Amino acid sequence: MSAAPYVSLTGMSKSFVGVKALKDVSFDVRPGEVHALLGENGAGKSTLIKMMSGLYSPDAGTITVDGKDMKFASTRDASAAGIATVYQELLLFPELTVAENVFLGNYPRRPGGWIDWAEVRARTRALLDQLDTFDLDVDAKVLTLSVAQRQRVEITKALSKNARILIMDEPTASLVESDVQRLMAVVRQLRERGVGIVYVSHRMPEIFALADRVTVLRDGGYVATRDIGEVDEAQLVSMMVGRPIDSLFPKADAKIGDTVLEVKNLNHGRHVQDISFSLRRGEILGVAGLVGSGRTELALTLFGMTPATSGEIVLEGRTVAITSPRQARDLGIAYVPEDRGQQGLVKQMAIRKNVSMASIERFSAGIFIKAGAEAQRALDAVKRLSVRCRNIAQPVGELSGGNQQKVVIAKWLETNPKVLILDEPTRGVDVGAKAEIHTIMGELVKQGVAILMISSELPEVLGMSDRVLVISGGRLTGEIDRADATPERVGMAMTAHQSGEAA
Amino acid sequence: MSQETNISPASAPSSARFRSLFAAAGMLPILVVLALVFQYINPRFLTETNLLIVMQQSAINIVLAAGMTFVVLTGGIDLSVGSILAASAMVAIIVSLMPDIGMLGLPAAILVGLGFGLINGILVAYIKLPPFIVTLGSLTAVRGVARLLGGDTTVFNSDLPFDFIANSSFLRIPWLVIIALSVVVISWVILKRTVLGNWIYAVGGNAEAARLASIKVPLVLLFVYGVSGLLAGLGGAMSAARLYAANGLQLGQSYELDAIAAVILGGTSFVGGVGSIWGTLVGALIIAVLSNGLILAGVSDIWQYIIKGLVIIIAVALDRYRLQAGART
Repeated sequence: MSAAPYVSLTGMSKSFVGVKALKDVSFDVRPGEVHALLGENGAGKSTLIKMMSGLYSPDAGTITVDGKDMKFASTRDASAAGIATVYQELLLFPELTVAENVFLGNYPRRPGGWIDWAEVRARTRALLDQLDTFDLDVDAKVLTLSVAQRQRVEITKALSKNARILIMDEPTASLVESDVQRLMAVVRQLRERGVGIVYVSHRMPEIFALADRVTVLRDGGYVATRDIGEVDEAQLVSMMVGRPIDSLFPKADAKIGDTVLEVKNLNHGRHVQDISFSLRRGEILGVAGLVGSGRTELALTLFGMTPATSGEIVLEGRTVAITSPRQARDLGIAYVPEDRGQQGLVKQMAIRKNVSMASIERFSAGIFIKAGAEAQRALDAVKRLSVRCRNIAQPVGELSGGNQQKVVIAKWLETNPKVLILDEPTRGVDVGAKAEIHTIMGELVKQGVAILMISSELPEVLGMSDRVLVISGGRLTGEIDRADATPERVGMAMTAHQSGEAA
Repeated sequence: MSQETNISPASAPSSARFRSLFAAAGMLPILVVLALVFQYINPRFLTETNLLIVMQQSAINIVLAAGMTFVVLTGGIDLSVGSILAASAMVAIIVSLMPDIGMLGLPAAILVGLGFGLINGILVAYIKLPPFIVTLGSLTAVRGVARLLGGDTTVFNSDLPFDFIANSSFLRIPWLVIIALSVVVISWVILKRTVLGNWIYAVGGNAEAARLASIKVPLVLLFVYGVSGLLAGLGGAMSAARLYAANGLQLGQSYELDAIAAVILGGTSFVGGVGSIWGTLVGALIIAVLSNGLILAGVSDIWQYIIKGLVIIIAVALDRYRLQAGART
C-alpha cells in the first residue's frame, strides 16, 4: 500500500490572467493504486491534471517523477516520463484505424524507415487482448466504434507507450452502465499490473468501488487526502462543497393532480414504438433506459422535432398534433435537451438573451424587444435559480456546467410550461448544482408543473421520480411505481426486449 | 473549452469591464493610428474635404458590407453582392431611360437586388445548400444576367432623374454618405433592438439550439440573404447614380471581397453569432482610409494592392492576439 509515490506534485500553483486557478496543491500517485481526484467544476482538477500531463506549466511548485525533479515543457516530456492521459473528449482520428491511432507518431519501423505495419497490428492486438478486449478489430476505423470502445483505444494507446501513470478524466461521463462495469474491470486490471491511476469522476459509487485514496480540491485549493476506508459519501460531498448537504435527492411531496398529458401508441421510426403513458400535474415521471433505447427520441417526438408518424397525444383533454418545437412550446411543452452545449444554449450570447430566447414574444412590442422587461426577467430568473454569474450580460459559455444548465432551465420556465421534459438534467453538473437543480424540480412540481425526467443515472431516477417508465429498444418495458422501483426491477426492464443491436 | 472554468465567479469585475470595453473598441485604434500616420505623411489627409471624400468613396462598400454582416452573423457568406450590384445598376439605368417613370429606376434596382437575394436565401434556407456554393453560383450567373440586360454594352443616362443621391449634399454632407450611415444605423437597430436581430445572432451562434428554442431558422436565413441582396441593389443604384452609366461586365467586380474584408476587419466571426455593425463600419473605413491615404502619399497602384492586403492580414492578426491575451486559458 505505502509504496513510494511514482509522481508527486508539491505546492502547485497556477494563475490565469490574474485569477488563481490552483493554490499550493500537493498530490501524489503510487504505483498500483487508484487515486481519485474529486472536486466541483472549477475546483482545479482539470488544471492539476493538465500540469501533470505537461499541458500547462505551473507558476510555482515542483514535480518529481521516481524521485527526480522534472520540468514538463510539453506533453511529450510527460509522456516520456511515463504519464499518459485519457481525456474526457477523446482525441482520436476518426478516419484512421484502431492500430493506426494507437501507434500514431510512434510507429515501429523496418530498416529504411518504412513503417512495419505487421508489427503495428500485432502489437495493437496484443495490447487489446491484455485488456480483455477481444471484440475490437485492429483494422476497424475509429469512427465506427462506440464511445466505450474508443476509450479502450485511448487506454491501449497509453499502454503502448509503457505508461506508468494513467490519468483518466471523467472516464464514465458518457458511458452506459454495462460499459462502466467493464471499464472498472480494466482499471482494476491496470492497477494489478502496477500502473498508478488518477481517476477524476463525479460518481460516488465508482469512487468507492475503485479508489484506494481520494484527494478533494475546492476553489483551487487543497482540502484533504484520505484513504477510502476513512470516509463516507456524505463526508466527501461536504468536503467538496464546503458545507453539509442535507439530502442527496430532496424529493418534494407535491400534490399530484389531474392528467395533463396522455400519450397513446406513439410511433416514430424504430426508436419510438407504440409508446403509451400518462403524466399528471405535480408528478415527476422518470424515464430510464440505456443510451440508444429511444428515451431521447421519445422526448424529441413529443417536442415536435421528429413528429410522430402515428399515435395520439392528448394534452389537457385535447388531441393535438405536434409538428414543430414552436408548436410544442405554444401548447405548453418545454424541453431541456440532453446536450446543453449543442442544443440548449447559444454560448456566445448573454445570459439574458438565452433566458428570453424561447419566449421572446413576451418581451417584445411589435418587432422591438423590450430590453427593460427582458433584463428584469433575466435578473429574476438568475436569482430564483441561483445562477452564479458576474451579471446577466455575461456570455453563457463562461459559466460552469451546472450554471449553464440552470440557464437552459430558466429559458424554458419563461414559457410557463405545463409539461417540462428534462433530458439528463444533471449530466456533467457538479454535486452542489445537482442538488440545486433537484430542488428546483421539487418547487416546480409543487406549482403543478408535470415533469418528464430522462436520466441515465439510476439513483437519480429512483430518488426523484413518482413513477418510472422504462424503455428498451424503442418500446415501453416497464412502468413502476416509486414504492416498487428498486434498482433490480428497473435494471431488468432496461435490458428486457433488447432487439437488433446487442451490446 | 474544457468543462472547468478556471475562474471564480467573483473575479475582478472592473478588469472584466475594461476588457469588454477594449473588445468593443475593436479595430477603432487601428483606424485612428492609420489616419495619424497618413496625416504625418501628407497634412492634407485630415481635412474636412478629404475626409468627406474618404467617406464618399467608402459609401458603397459600407452598404454592401452592412448586408454582408447580416449574412456572416448567421455563419454564412454572400459572394454574389458584386454581381447583384452590377445587375441592379443596369436595371437602374435602363428604367431611368423610360419616359415619365425614370424615377422608378431607384426602387427597381433595389427590388431586383432583393429578388436575387431572396433566391440565394431560398436555396440556402429551404433547399439547404451551403451558402458558399449557392452564392458562388449566383456570383457567376447574376454577372451573366447583368451583361444580358444591356446586350453586353455600357448603358448611359446623362440626365439621370435620381442623380442627386450621388452628386449632391445635404448640410455639406454628400447624400451617399448619409445613405451609407443610415443603412448602418438601421442595421444596428434591427440587429440589436428587434426580435429578428436576436434570432440572427442565435441562429449564427447555435442553429440547433435556436431551432429547439422555437426560432424559425429558415425564415432568419431567408431574411439575411434578402437584406444582403437588397443592399447590393441599393449599392447598384448608388453606383449608377455616381457614374450616370452602368456596365454589366465591369461594374462591381470583386466588390464582394472588399465587403468581406470590411466584415473581417470589423471583428465579426466567420463561424457566426459574434460581431457588430459598428465593427463593419470601422472595417470599411480602414479600407477606404488605406486607399485614399496611399494615393495621397503617392504610392503606386501596384504597391497599394500589396500594402492593403498585408494591412488586412496584420490587423486581423493583431486583433486575434489582443483577444487571446484577454481571454483566459
